Formats: sequence, structure tokens, C-alpha cells
Amino acid sequence: MVVLSVMPIQFLFYLFCLFNLQLTVFQNISRENITIVDTKTLFSLIDKQDDTLRVFNFWATWCKPCVQELPYFEELNRDQKNKKFILYLVSLDFKTSIDKKLKPFILKKKISSKVLLFDGGNPNDWIDRIDPNWSGSIPASLVSLNGKKIFEEGEFENLQSLNAFIKKIYK
Amino acid sequence: MKKLMYAFLMFTISLFSINAQGYQIGQTVEDFSLKNVDGKMISLKDYKDANGYIVIFTCNHCPYAIMYEQRIIDLHKKYAKQGYPVIAINPNDPDVVPDDSFEAMKKLSKKKKYPFAYVIDEGQQVYPKFGATKTPHVYLLDKNKVVKYIGAIDDNAQDIKAVKIKYVENAIASISAGTNPDPAVTKAIGCSIKKKS
Repeated sequence: MVVLSVMPIQFLFYLFCLFNLQLTVFQNISRENITIVDTKTLFSLIDKQDDTLRVFNFWATWCKPCVQELPYFEELNRDQKNKKFILYLVSLDFKTSIDKKLKPFILKKKISSKVLLFDGGNPNDWIDRIDPNWSGSIPASLVSLNGKKIFEEGEFENLQSLNAFIKKIYK
Repeated sequence: MKKLMYAFLMFTISLFSINAQGYQIGQTVEDFSLKNVDGKMISLKDYKDANGYIVIFTCNHCPYAIMYEQRIIDLHKKYAKQGYPVIAINPNDPDVVPDDSFEAMKKLSKKKKYPFAYVIDEGQQVYPKFGATKTPHVYLLDKNKVVKYIGAIDDNAQDIKAVKIKYVENAIASISAGTNPDPAVTKAIGCSIKKKS
């Protein structure tokens, strides 16, 4: 009798735990979508010496041409899904607008690519390190592969021009 | 002959660099005539007593330009009386960004009580000569219209309280002291200048 009365409670408790677990996992996924990175972390990704093709797109929610070209990057990411390829959408949004602007934007536009929020301090210390030809205007994109890098400032008009730019890394 | 060849080479290189990137440090700026928010045409030569010029490419709509609005006003208030006026130039095509139209510029100038000239680069002929690529983008000129400093106003757009280096103010101090600013060029994030594609 005692055992029987305890059983449902245990069962309920088990359900409760399961529910909590799922909730935690779900929250982690949505939180993981945006990772805040500093200069050291960003450059460790850019300078990685392996055979994974890495594309870094510098953008912000407040930058109109950036937002316009994002669908091409999303498409690229889907196309390259099973290859040694990582796309990083490096957001230069302000740290104070992560919850107000960046997160709602990612949800609304259903962004599935990896979003990094770059908190790099004084831009004069890192713009030239990304590429000496970068004036600091966005959008701008960088491709890295096994120590080799190519860079372009300005937006891409379509997926073809984006792909053409990326292919330059193999030349 | 060798000297001539060298001069020709340098001339070609300088031509190329003007075309490719605009004015570099040490180059002399060609005067312009652009319409101010009060309807009058503004040129550098109008500033008779200038010891230099703080030319800033900026606009209405860009979040970075907005973050620097007050700092640009403060720059003019502090330095115009020392002979370094701010001349703000909106380089954007209003057809691409309606918020940067001449009418919108007039409104903003009135609202913020801009104490400096806020002119429009109608036809977008001036900003490419400078090589400006974004807003805000500062070109500090000396008395002879020679470019002495190019880049950011300071080292922190987002947080005025966290500013450690005031690049433009330091550069003005250098010019006033008769030395060259160091750094002479800095880089910052900004909104790209909008033109018809």
C-alpha cells in the first residue's frame, strides 16, 4: 500500500525532472546561437591551421546592406552543410542591444548560422589585423583556410558573387 | 633623366593613390562648394581665420553617427574659437537613404542646434576625392588644407565614459604645437557611405 502511494509521486517527480531537463536544453540551444567573443577568441578561429574553410561575415542588425546580403550567407551555409565548412556571422551590434535587437532579429529571420557577437574593444587595435585594406565600414567578409586569408569590404549582390569571392581562396 | 623618370614615377603613383583611396596624410585638399542646411554654399575658403579644419563625413541615420552627434557638437564648441571649425558633410545619396535627405538634415540640425555647417555632398563628387568610406569619418586639415589626420574621433563609439584616447583632440594639439599627429591614421567601425548600385 505504501509502495503504491509513493509510486505516482515518484513518477510525477520523474516527469517534472524530464520537463525541466528539456527546458534547460532548449534554453541552451537558443542561448548558444549567440556567443560573445573577444579579440583573442576571434583571431584563434581566423588563424586556425586546418582544412576547414571558415567564412566570417562582419555585420550588424542596424546595417541595411548587411541585412540584405544575409540570406545569401544563410543559403551558402545550407549548401555547405556536410562539408568542412563553418560560417560565422560576426555581429558588431552593441553589447547592450543583444536582448533588445540581436536575439529578436535572429528569431524573426530564422537565422540558422552561427552568430558571434564580437566585443573587441578599440577597433583601431583589430581592424588592420583582420585586413589592412579594411576601412572599418560594414559589411565586410573574410575567408580563411589553413593559414591563407582573403578579404572583401562591401556587400554581395547575390549568392553567385559570394561564391565567386570564396573560391578565390583556392587560387 | 633619372630624376625626371623618378618624378614621373612618383607622379603616376600619387595619381593612382588619389584615385584608389583618396587623400593621404600630407596631401592638400581641393576646396569644395557644398550646400549648407541654411541654403548657403560653404567652402573652406569662407573660414578666413581658420588654423585648420575638422572635416567630418557624417549623416542622420547611421547609429554610429548618432552616437557621435553630441561629441561632434562639443568638438566644434571647444575648437572653433581656437580656429578649428567642424564642417560636417553628409555623403549619402538621399534616394538610397531617405533619412539622409536635405530636409531631414535641416530638421536634425535644428533639433540638435548644430553650431557648425552641415552640408550635403549633392551628386556625391566630394567624398570620393577624400576617400571617405563610412560615417563618421574625420579628416583633420591644417591651415594650408593639408591632411594631418584621418580616422575616428576617439577610441570608443559606444561608451563615451570609457573613452581612453581622444584621437581628434590629440591631433589638433599636435598641429597647434607644430608637430605631426601620432597616430596620423586610425580605424573605426562605421556605416558604409550609401550610393546607388
